[in-house]
Amino acid sequence: MSVSSSTPTTVTNRFRWRIVDIVVASVIGVASGLIFLAWNVGYVGPSTLLEPLLPGLQGLLDGPWLFAGVLGALVIRKPGAAIYTELLAAVVSALVGNQWGGFLTLEAGFVQGLGAEIIFLIFAYRVWTLPVAILAGAGAALAGGINNLILWYAGADVTFTIVYLISTVISGAVIAGLLSWLLVRALAATGALDAFPAGREVRQRV
Amino acid sequence: MTAQSALTPSAPPHPVAVGIEGWGWRHGSRRAWALREVGLRIEPGERVLLLGASGSGKSTLVRAIAGVLGADEGESEGSIRLGGALPSAARGRAGLVLQDPDSQVVLARVGDEVAFGCENLGVPREEIWHRVREALELVGLDVPLDRSTSALSGGQKQRLALAAVVAMRPGLIILDEPTANLDPDGVMQVRDAVARVVEQTGATLVVVEHRVAAWEPVVDRVIVLADGGVVADGAPEAVLRDRGEELADSGVWVPGHRPTWPPRATRPRGSVLVSTDDLVVARVPGRPIAEISHLEVTEGAATAITGPNGAGKSTLGLTLAGLIPPASGMVVPSSALADGQRGHPHQWPSRALLTRLGMVFQDPEHQLLARTVRGELEVGPRALGLAESEIAARVEELLHRLRLDRLAEANPYTLSGGEKRRLTVAAALATRPRVLVLDEPTFGQDARTWAELVALLARVREEGSAVVTITHDLDVVEALGADSFVLGGSS
Amino acid sequence: MIDIQTVVPSRVARLNPVAKLLAIVALTVPLVLTLDAVSAGVALAIELSLFPFAGLGWRRFWRRTWIVWLLAPLTGVTIALYGQASGQIYAEWFVVRISEGSLALALATMLRVLAIALPSVVLFATVDPTDLADGLAQVLRLPARFVLGGLAGLRMIGLFVDDWRALELARRSRGVADRGRIRRFLGMAFALLVLSIRRGTKLAVAMEARGFGAPGPRTWARESRFGMAEWLLVLLGATIAAVAVTAAVLAGSWNFILGPS
Ligand SMILES: Nc1ncnc2c1ncn2[C@@H]1O[C@H](COP(=O)(O)OP(=O)(O)OP(=O)(O)O)[C@@H](O)[C@H]1O
Ligand SMILES: Nc1ncnc2c1ncn2[C@@H]1O[C@H](COP(=O)(O)OP(=O)(O)OP(=O)(O)O)[C@@H](O)[C@H]1O
Ligand SMILES: [Mg+2]
Ligand SMILES: [Mg+2]
Repeated sequence: MSVSSSTPTTVTNRFRWRIVDIVVASVIGVASGLIFLAWNVGYVGPSTLLEPLLPGLQGLLDGPWLFAGVLGALVIRKPGAAIYTELLAAVVSALVGNQWGGFLTLEAGFVQGLGAEIIFLIFAYRVWTLPVAILAGAGAALAGGINNLILWYAGADVTFTIVYLISTVISGAVIAGLLSWLLVRALAATGALDAFPAGREVRQRV
Repeated sequence: MTAQSALTPSAPPHPVAVGIEGWGWRHGSRRAWALREVGLRIEPGERVLLLGASGSGKSTLVRAIAGVLGADEGESEGSIRLGGALPSAARGRAGLVLQDPDSQVVLARVGDEVAFGCENLGVPREEIWHRVREALELVGLDVPLDRSTSALSGGQKQRLALAAVVAMRPGLIILDEPTANLDPDGVMQVRDAVARVVEQTGATLVVVEHRVAAWEPVVDRVIVLADGGVVADGAPEAVLRDRGEELADSGVWVPGHRPTWPPRATRPRGSVLVSTDDLVVARVPGRPIAEISHLEVTEGAATAITGPNGAGKSTLGLTLAGLIPPASGMVVPSSALADGQRGHPHQWPSRALLTRLGMVFQDPEHQLLARTVRGELEVGPRALGLAESEIAARVEELLHRLRLDRLAEANPYTLSGGEKRRLTVAAALATRPRVLVLDEPTFGQDARTWAELVALLARVREEGSAVVTITHDLDVVEALGADSFVLGGSS
Repeated sequence: MIDIQTVVPSRVARLNPVAKLLAIVALTVPLVLTLDAVSAGVALAIELSLFPFAGLGWRRFWRRTWIVWLLAPLTGVTIALYGQASGQIYAEWFVVRISEGSLALALATMLRVLAIALPSVVLFATVDPTDLADGLAQVLRLPARFVLGGLAGLRMIGLFVDDWRALELARRSRGVADRGRIRRFLGMAFALLVLSIRRGTKLAVAMEARGFGAPGPRTWARESRFGMAEWLLVLLGATIAAVAVTAAVLAGSWNFILGPS
């Protein structure tokens, strides 16, 4: 009773998340969360070295907390991917516990993810090039930086504020933007991203 | 909307019919079509055994039937219908247990894992727990509902995966090699569990397995895939009797058609290469698993380590191969094997292991490192610093012998289960270790590759190396004339 | 550090994770809006008196919280050295200016970190990820596909440890484990990410094979209850914050972070 004329392809909505999108975004988020956990402790050393040089320079160390969203978005390429991955990484960090408390960790994750998300949104989720990745990293940093200034460096003066914002944006652009982009390229080359556009672009038939 | 009827605990599933017409599939990363022009009709309640050589497309076909082959993973043609509906629209009517039970555990607790499918189908809460207990009982998995899913042995995980699908009460149950890696008792138990389930629910059943003998009593139809299409289809006795010869030649395990065995060992066995001394092995430091009375691995001979699931065979293999330290006691290499290396094997640098102690892991995916099949075979020789021409020669030979040439540029992870297994065996052979430890080298292999693998191991043995094989496959033990070492019979 | 799967049963552990989250929100938001030693100190004092009832036990308490105790003073030192100077200047060297004002800010910052971070570490230590997912989906009504996808991802943390060990063995068996420490670590970390993405891709198929994402309503096998005890916990969080804020306002030390400084 099933007479079909052609391949029954459901029209796949470019913006709809497939199950594999959700699960892989989650995996990336959780893996990033582990890096957050390591960095929650690891940044203390470099930070005490950098601060005396110029207060605010510790913003250069923010990158490792910002890459999750950019990485997730570059792989998944769906609306909300940056927020979702960054937030999930923050959930891991919050569940294990850190010096910022659960709610503020989640809040920071959301804000940082949002910073990256807005950049991808501006490009209508169509452009996934290196410059856009760098912008997104910087966007995450700017959003996260402002958030930190309000909540954690409330007592800071103007010099600190400016130095901090500039250094965190540099860190975001390089670590969260450039490095994430390179990482996605390396991942795609292994074939692990074959289920995603980022992986299919580089795939060759054998 | 009648809550009453939804709550009837024993509402049987409606057996589902499968209609396949002119169906074909080409994986996104492949030029060749995996399957083409497949036409089949499976009636409700039929019990089908799906056979075919390794790489013939069995896993691909059953995924398509279950509706989990994503439209963007490749190209398709023709149609598949489950009782008239598209497989993707009929989710829940078909339940699929994938080839690898380890990678399909979703949740942390046994009870939740079994309940997961029911939740997705919108089964009411009380009904779910009723079904969970029933399913666990049906498959014979007797553990508390809050037991952690990662603390189960291989065989238990396989049963869990089965229970998770049974609880959904699908009208069609599809099992992809449900008993690979189980000990012989486990195979029978899982098979009986499946038989019980289809008996009680009347569901349609499709099983993919290489070993026909175990499943023959349960199924009433055999379908054979080869060369991208269906080559035989009918009642088991008829197919296996009339086409047995031909099928056996193409690699199907047909009862009564034994694959060719390698010639018996001709050279006298040499000296001992590795022996153990009061060895106790542990996978995780501080948690000893098994004590080994005394084991000797001899030049030019084969040793088979057998025993039930979870006895510690793999752990012993890893310890013998110098990959993990013993919990206590020693692995003693002969001076011929050590050849200049001091201390115990687990202290040797990894490069030194390559030519001395090779190991093939139980789970092939755990050992893959490179981007292409060819690259994978080159890893070891390259680490040894061999000349390019030598590397190329070795790799070509192995690609050819294990019939992987067609896939030389493919990504190792996209290979079929059996192809992956062959690849990791080939990768270990590439560095020609004096002692080769293989963990389940023949699981998931069709009869032809089985014979080739065994012949290859026999040749390694003839050349004076030692072969240690950990296996549930007693034919391997016999074919290699191996000394048998049985680990833990009690559990 | 990664033992978030093992939750020792206790009364607090049994409370709905969503309630713990809401209690933390109720406690944190007012505290973070002010930067003063009084509110943070009062909150911290009340919290410390409550921790013994959190069902953690002292050993676990210290194991989970040591990092907070270590980092809070460090954060304080930063502010003491570089915070906005006011009042009497005690020391000045290059960009460092230790002043009366910066010392006060430092103390406030340190107490605030403790008061905000400790309760959250303590409450979340008893959160089981599965219960959390149940709560998020049933109580807060977040989309089930994402909540469960996230949960599946979270479960993989446990596997990361096993996978790491397996990868170590694999590389050793293939003769590529002799490289320098850092290169090896980075290589393994990358390999682990690749492995987890592959696992995730496979797991997605397995989830679909069990009807995940099927159209139609989904049910929940475990009911996520939000009862009296849960409301009380949230109320407790809000009360601590209210007492702390009141104390600060009465003491005249309330220092709104968004206000003119
Ligand atoms: N994800 C994939 N991407 C590309 N090619 C694939 C993929 N999965 C399978 N293939 C290829 O498609 C063919 C059929 O594979 P399939 O897994 O269906 O075989 P199989 O019959 O199940 O084999 P086995 O008995 O070894 O499990 C093989 O040549 C395999 O290499
Ligand atoms: N990665 C691991 N971490 C901790 N324990 C493990 C790990 N792998 C196996 N075990 C445990 O060690 C014991 C022995 O496992 P091992 O894999 O050596 O058994 P096996 O004899 O090879 O079993 P099988 O026939 O199922 O492969 C089992 O109880 C198992 O649960
Ligand atoms: Mg298969
Ligand atoms: Mg084993």
